[in-house]
Formats: sequence, C-alpha cells, structure tokens
Amino acid sequence: MTIKTLSSAVAVTALLAFPAFAEVDFSGETVEWVIPFSETGGSAKWANFFAPLLSEQLPGNPTVVVKFMPGAGSTKGANWFQEQEHEDGTLLFGTSGSTQFPFLLGDPRVRYEYADWTPVMASGTGGVAYLNPKDGAKFDGSANALQDIDFIYGSQGATRLDLVPLLAWEMLGMNVEPVFGIKGRGDGRLMFERGEATIDYQTSSGYLGASADLVANGQAVPMMTWGALDEDGNIVRDPTFPDIPTFKEVCEATDGCETSGEAWDAWKAFFVAGFPVQKIAFLPAGTPDDVRDAYVAAFEAVRSADGFSELAAKQVGKYPVFVGEGAARATVAGTTVSDEAKAFVQNWLQEAYGVSLN
Amino acid sequence: MDVLATALPALGDAWALILQPVVLGYLVLGVVMGLAVGVFPGLGGIAGLSLLLPFMFGMEPVLGLALMIGMVAVVPTSDTFASVLMGIPGSSASQATVLDGFPLAKKGQAARALSAAFTSSLFGGLVGALFLTIFILVARPIVLAFGLPEMLMITILGLSMVAVLAGRVALKGLAAAGLGMMIGTIGEADAGGSLRMATYDIPYLTDGLALVIVGLGIFAIPEIVSLLRQDRSIAKDAKLGAGWGEGVKDWVDNKWLSVRCSLIGVLVGIIPGLGGSVVDWIAYGHAVQTTKDKSNFGKGEIRGVIGPESSNNAKEGGGLVPTLLFGIPGSGSMAIFIGAIALLGSGDIEVGPAMLRDNLDITYSIVWLLALANVVGTLLCIAASGGIARLTTIRFTYLAPFLFMLISFAAFQSGQNFEDLLALFVIGLIGIFLRRFDWSRPAFLIGFVLSNPVEKFSNQAFQIASFRFRSSFEEGMAYIFSPIVIVLIIVTVVSVVLGIRQAKSIMAEGDVQAGSKRAPLVFLLIIAGYLVSALINANAIPDFNMTDKIVPLVVGGIALACCLILLAQMILRPETDTVFADKERAGEDADAPYGLWSTLAWFAGLIVATWFVGFILALLGFLIAFLRVRAGASWALTLILTAAGIALMCVMAGALNRDFPPGLLQDVVDLPWPLT
Repeated sequence: MTIKTLSSAVAVTALLAFPAFAEVDFSGETVEWVIPFSETGGSAKWANFFAPLLSEQLPGNPTVVVKFMPGAGSTKGANWFQEQEHEDGTLLFGTSGSTQFPFLLGDPRVRYEYADWTPVMASGTGGVAYLNPKDGAKFDGSANALQDIDFIYGSQGATRLDLVPLLAWEMLGMNVEPVFGIKGRGDGRLMFERGEATIDYQTSSGYLGASADLVANGQAVPMMTWGALDEDGNIVRDPTFPDIPTFKEVCEATDGCETSGEAWDAWKAFFVAGFPVQKIAFLPAGTPDDVRDAYVAAFEAVRSADGFSELAAKQVGKYPVFVGEGAARATVAGTTVSDEAKAFVQNWLQEAYGVSLN
Repeated sequence: MDVLATALPALGDAWALILQPVVLGYLVLGVVMGLAVGVFPGLGGIAGLSLLLPFMFGMEPVLGLALMIGMVAVVPTSDTFASVLMGIPGSSASQATVLDGFPLAKKGQAARALSAAFTSSLFGGLVGALFLTIFILVARPIVLAFGLPEMLMITILGLSMVAVLAGRVALKGLAAAGLGMMIGTIGEADAGGSLRMATYDIPYLTDGLALVIVGLGIFAIPEIVSLLRQDRSIAKDAKLGAGWGEGVKDWVDNKWLSVRCSLIGVLVGIIPGLGGSVVDWIAYGHAVQTTKDKSNFGKGEIRGVIGPESSNNAKEGGGLVPTLLFGIPGSGSMAIFIGAIALLGSGDIEVGPAMLRDNLDITYSIVWLLALANVVGTLLCIAASGGIARLTTIRFTYLAPFLFMLISFAAFQSGQNFEDLLALFVIGLIGIFLRRFDWSRPAFLIGFVLSNPVEKFSNQAFQIASFRFRSSFEEGMAYIFSPIVIVLIIVTVVSVVLGIRQAKSIMAEGDVQAGSKRAPLVFLLIIAGYLVSALINANAIPDFNMTDKIVPLVVGGIALACCLILLAQMILRPETDTVFADKERAGEDADAPYGLWSTLAWFAGLIVATWFVGFILALLGFLIAFLRVRAGASWALTLILTAAGIALMCVMAGALNRDFPPGLLQDVVDLPWPLT
C-alpha cells in the first residue's frame, strides 16, 4: 500500500466516520457573529446582549465576538453572507427588519435568499405611536377627530421600518407629512420634543427609555401600539403596554379604516416582518443538523436561564425569543408576503413618496 | 437653590465613588489602552470600546465606567501625536491641529507643539467638566432650543471658516470647498435615496466616502509623498529645537484663548447632531481672528494648535449632555458607550431623561472620571512627547513605508472593502494636486465634512418652515428667525467679513511660486469637468425628489461659477500671477531628488499587490522592496524592520479583532490568519 492510498483511505474513513462520532465542541474556538450594521445601532445592542450568554451555553464555551459589516442599509452584509458556506460552525449572522424590508419589496440590490439560511433564534419588539398634547386631547380611541390636522413626522425613510407607521396613519385617514433623512428614532423623538415634529413613534425599548417620561410629564399622549401576535397569528395587545390600544382597535373605531382587504393585509404583512420577527440569527447555507442543534440548544438554555426575562426586558424588551422550530416558523412568517401585499406597498410608495424600487 | 440641594450631595457621592484605588486603577488601565489605540490614525474610540464591550456584562458599574471613560477621553488627546508629527489627522477632532502642528514639527519644534497641545487638551477637558457639573442640571431646555434652523446656522458658521482658510486666491478656496461638498454628496441621498454620482453596480459608492479616508487622503498622503520625495527628515536638518517646557509656557501665554476655545468646544459639543466635525474649525477660525500678527498661521503658529486642541477635549464633555440627557449619542463611540452602560451591573442604569433624576451620582461620576482621565492621559502624553518627537529626526524614507502601512490599514477599517484602499489613493491624488496648485485643502475638507449636515438641516428646516408658513406667516418667521438664529447670523457675517480681509495673509500651503500656465489650467479644467458631470447627474434626479437634487445643484453651480471666473482670469492674466501657483516650479518639491510619480508608484504597488495576494503578503513584499531599493538599507536592517512592521500590524489587528484586506489569492486558497 503506497502512502498515497493509505492517506486517502484514512481520509475516506475519517469522512465516513465523522457524522457518526461528531460531537460538536467549540473549545478554544472563536465564534464570529456578523452584524450587517454599524456598532451603534439596535442590532449591535441585540447581538452584544446575547453574545456573552451564548458563549456560556455553547459546548466548549467558545469566545463569541460580534463583528460589524455595515453598508447599504445591511444589504452589503447580507449579500456577503449569502456567499458563505458552512465550514466549522463558527459563523453566525444577524438580520433585522431593515434586512427583511428590501428583500420583501424586491430591492434590486438584494442578492440574498432567506430560505437558504438556517435560522436558530429570532426575537421581536413592538412599537408605540404618540401625539403632542394638543392634538392628543382630540384622540378618543378613534382617529376621527385627527383627520383634518396636518402632522409632521421625523422619518428615516419610507422604505424602512417607518413604512409601518406611515401606512397605518394613512389608513386612519390622517395627514402625516414625513420629514425624511433623520438618522435614528432618537433623533425623531428629539424633533418631537422640540415641537418641530407633532407625531412620533418609538420601538418598545426607545419608548420605555425616554418617551414614557414625556407621557408622564404630560408632554405626549400615547395613541396606539402596533400590537403583538398570538400563537395563531392574530394581533393582540402588546404585553409590554397592555393599557394602550392596538392599531387594529383604533382602525376598527375609525371611519373609513378597514381591518380587512388589501391595505390591511399589506400593513399586517409588513408589520409582522418588521416587529414581532424583527431580528433573526442565522447559520450559513449547508449547516449540518448537529451544529444547528448545538446552537438551538444553547439559545434554548439562554432563554430559559434564571433571570433572563428580567434582563431581556431591560435590554431588548418583554417579547418572546423563538428558537429552533419556532425560529424557523417565525422566519417564514417574517420573510414572506403575498404578491398582492407587495404590489400594494410598492404602488403606495410610488404614489405617496415617489419611491421607485426598480 | 433646589438645584444645588440635589447637586451637592450627588457630587459628594460621585467623588466618593471615584476616589477609590481600584477605580483609579481601572481608569489608568483604560487611559493606557486608549492611548495605545488613539495613536493609530483612523481607529479611534469605536474600535477600543468594541474591544471592551464583552467585559462590561455584569461588571461593577463604576469600574466599567472608569475603564470605558478612560479610553474614550484620551483618544482626542493621543491622536494629536499623528497630526503633529506626521501630518495625519487621527480623527475628525484633530483636523485643524494639522494645519499648524505639522509645520511646527517640520521646524524641529515637535515637542513644543505636542506639549502645548496636550496642556490645552488637559485644560479643555477640565473646563468642560467644571462647566458640565452645573450646566447638566439646566441643560435640557437649552438643548431643546436648538432646532433645525439653529443647527443649520451653526453648520453655516463652520462653513464660513472657509473664508479664513481660503488662501491667497479666495475663488480657489471657495471652489475647493464646493468641490469638497460635492464629493460629500456622492452616494445615496439621506432624504429620498436617490443616487448621486454613484450606481448600484458599484455598491461601495452608494454609501459615500468615509471621513477617515478623505482626511487621510487630503492631508496625510500629500505630505508623506512630498517628504519622501525630498528624502529628508520631518524636522529640517534633523535637529530638535524647543522642548516640551516651551510648549507649556506657550499655553500659559495664551491661556485666555484656551478658555474661550474650551467654552466653544463645550457649547457646540452639547448640540446633538453636529458632533465634533465643526468644533475644531470654529476654534481655529477664532484663534486666527483674535491674533494680531496673522502671518504665521499655516506655517507653524502655536495659537493654531492651542485653539483647536482646547476645544476638542472640551467637546467630549459637551457631547455627554445629549448622550446622558436624551439618550442620543453625539458620536459613534458615544453610541457604544450607551449600549455598554446598559450592560453594567444589574442593568439598572438607563441612559436617558431618568438618568439625572435617578442616577445623578453616576452622572457626576461620568463627568469627573472624564476630567480625571484627561489629567492622567495628558501627563502620560507630555512625559512621552519629548521622546516621541525624536521620530521627526529620523530620515523620512525609513518612516514612510510604515506610514503607508498604517494609513492603508486605517482606511480599510472604515468599510472593510478593498475599494477603501482605492478611494484612499484617488483622494490622495486629489490632495496632492490641491496642494501643488495652492487650492486650500482645509477648505476642501470643511466642505466635505459639512456637506451632509448642510444638506440635511436645510432640507428639513425648509420642510418644517414651509409647514409653519402654511399655518401663518408670523409662525413661520418666528420659526426661522429665532433669537439664536439672528445671533448666529451676525456672528457668521462678521466672521466672513473679517475672514476675507485676513485670508490673504494666511497661507495654509505656504508661499507658492507661480509658474507656467499649462499645468494649473489643466487641473482647473479637470475640476470643472467633474463639477459639470456632477451637475448633469444631479439634474437627472426626478423632480419629486427635489430634496435630493437641490443642494448638489446649488453648491455645484456656485463652485462651477468660481471655476469659470478662474478660467477667465487664467486666460487674461500673465503666467506670473498667483492664480498660476504651482509647487513644482520652485521650492522644496521642485528641488526634490525624486519625482512625484515614481514615489507614488510605491504606494500604488502596495495596493495592487494587496489586490492579488492580500494585505499582509503584499506588505511583506512592499516593506522589503522599499527598504532595500528606495531606502538602500542593509539586508539585516531591512529584515528586522519588516518583521517589526508586520508584527505590529498583526498584534494590533489581533488585539482589536480586525481583518486585513484579502486578495485574489485568498479567493482560491484558504490561508491561516493573518494571511486571510
């Protein structure tokens, strides 16, 4: 037997034996969690929150480092991830609503396909819209008295998460004029505090962090939440804000707003993609089951650890963290919209804001 | 008095928290790490803080704060080394320091410039902390008074510094600023998402160019190339003049300038959304306008160092106000800081309005840790400055390859694309020619930095103003012409008028001889050509996206008009006129033993080789070839220096968990780090 045949025989044996004996162990390795945004955004906060917890729970306790690959509103990083293949299970990727929306809207720059990736964990958030005190006094659970008022809203762009509030206000018959080009919801809130903007919305953590103070001081009046999803996919009150009505309730109470039909379906589809399934952690294409299971088990352990929910409530909000099958189902819900909903939103963006995505 | 009653006990608690040996130990540790990161251009606080983040989870709050603040506070101090010694703007906070700091180093007075800068930084930091201690309690309404029209006016005030820095031919300065603004608009517009001078086929351009790359390209590359061509040391005749004691004395002589610039730093720093980009220019402009003999600015005037350096550390303190009061980060490093605070301890400290009410002691700890970090950092820097200043006596040919290495690495960190290196080279080329033909580079940079704020604030202010006017004329006028805006308009007008009168005596590029007509004319035509194509491109944006096209059209139109007047002047005037200034005609560059293109070819070689074999392998070849061929070093020295350079890169990238640019080779074979 020559050395060459010997070595290939060994190699073949090893390959055959590998799946049977493989025990996933990351001892001494470094897991890179790539975030397609800059160090400063919400996704960075999310990954930095989970990274040390994940490190404790993965077999062999690898170091988990968060790496940032910003560019083109996350499209650059997601396109990069599409080209990665499974190597040794030390690559994790995190997406956000800003990655999902261009994908759903058919942005020409998108070269990634969610279905190719392996989701291991998903988590969501909620959102609250609020009004200035003067107009807030006219709000009675319906938007009927708000329909002849001109509102100003500081917006990050109609094709981003802001699509959800803008479409909701439009459906309520309110006249909200967005001032585009702000850099984050915090800037939008500041614009509202200065009185330049007269309506605003924040994601749950942003609302709890600062806007709730405005409400307590009488400088803002909460209007509605986007709601949360129950097990069957129905919109129910947001568990973080049980006292604030959902958009669905306000819509039902408002003349001319329908909770069925193509506008409603489109709004709901984008709401699901943008809020309850906002952030998802993926392993790359071709990841074998044992590696995926190791990550799912680790995230399961993170999620069920003592004190996790209090910790998470402060950091990422009081929302469910989906793992394994749940994450896979959430990913499907968050990354598919019907062709009608897509066409409706594309058409609305074109008509209302002149945004063409082709 | 109510305020005092809550503030004083909290202040006492804060000092009790800070003045524990273990807290001070963490602070010093953070400061040392900050200095290590800060001396490398382009990395700055974001890289350092990201490095610390994993350790913050559940850490004792005051210890974690000491570590992080130690690091953040000294970055604007330590990046002064690069700006003074090498002419490399380490971050946006030290751009203006380059203008006079580097000429001082060239005169052999690096130690003096450094110690003056550090003393100013220290003082600025302390003034900032003192001011904040009282101000943070009453700051909220003041911060809220700065709406969009006010922010637009401050940006315009910053832009008006172009008048001071325009150089001998004001039109050229104006055109340079216009060109900088137009380069700043490249990419996807913030408001409507239209593309300007970019296409989705080149994704790199859609995000626009990073400030790090433009700063390095405009200031560092032209200086490096010029010194390399002359084959000398940075300090002329390799002699060191004044020492560090001199610099401290300089600061004492100019202490009132330092006070005023510190206050400018704090005040501009507290306005969220402006950040540090304008502060140092406004401070520099102020230093110029309050100096009787202006002839030394741009050639090594110590006041030109003291002004901006006093303001940039004070600004860090000011920047804490929006961060802590509103939870809105004033800068990238502040954003990470906010995220990290939430990880500390049991996660109870939430940055935002509640912070002052519930955690006033922690708030004061932050303010005074910042001041203390400044003290520690400055003392370390002053102690080191005498030794480090010796770098300026080394033959520059031995420094240059390492500087090319560092700036390439820094540029790559901004976007982690190979295109970052290409952009650096192209911007560097623009910088070289701006310098050669005496077009003001500071004006270009101010234009670039302020391009985005000008566009954003003017569009948004216009939208809201038109909305107010719709409800009533008075309401609209009251919105646009608030008292703050009126004061700022007056300040701006005075500053422009004074600036234009003074501009002729401030030669940022030194005295440049005029030469033949051809080369300056060709350069002008190239710039005009770019402006024309940018204008055509902007005009093609559909009208419903008016917000995306109006600023490029107006700015580009003005810049093009300047170019056309210059063209007419060039045709009419004799070739000895200053409009034909050309550094290749007389002076250091003209007498240099090496040509421009052969020198630049070395840098191009590094970039091309990176494209093929990745950064570290390319660097290996580049360092060996450069040291052997260009520097004529012995094999032993060459190998030692090369090994040291590569080791430095690997340690730095390894510690900060950063990658190097991969090349085609890495696409084909998998190589172990750091070759990947």
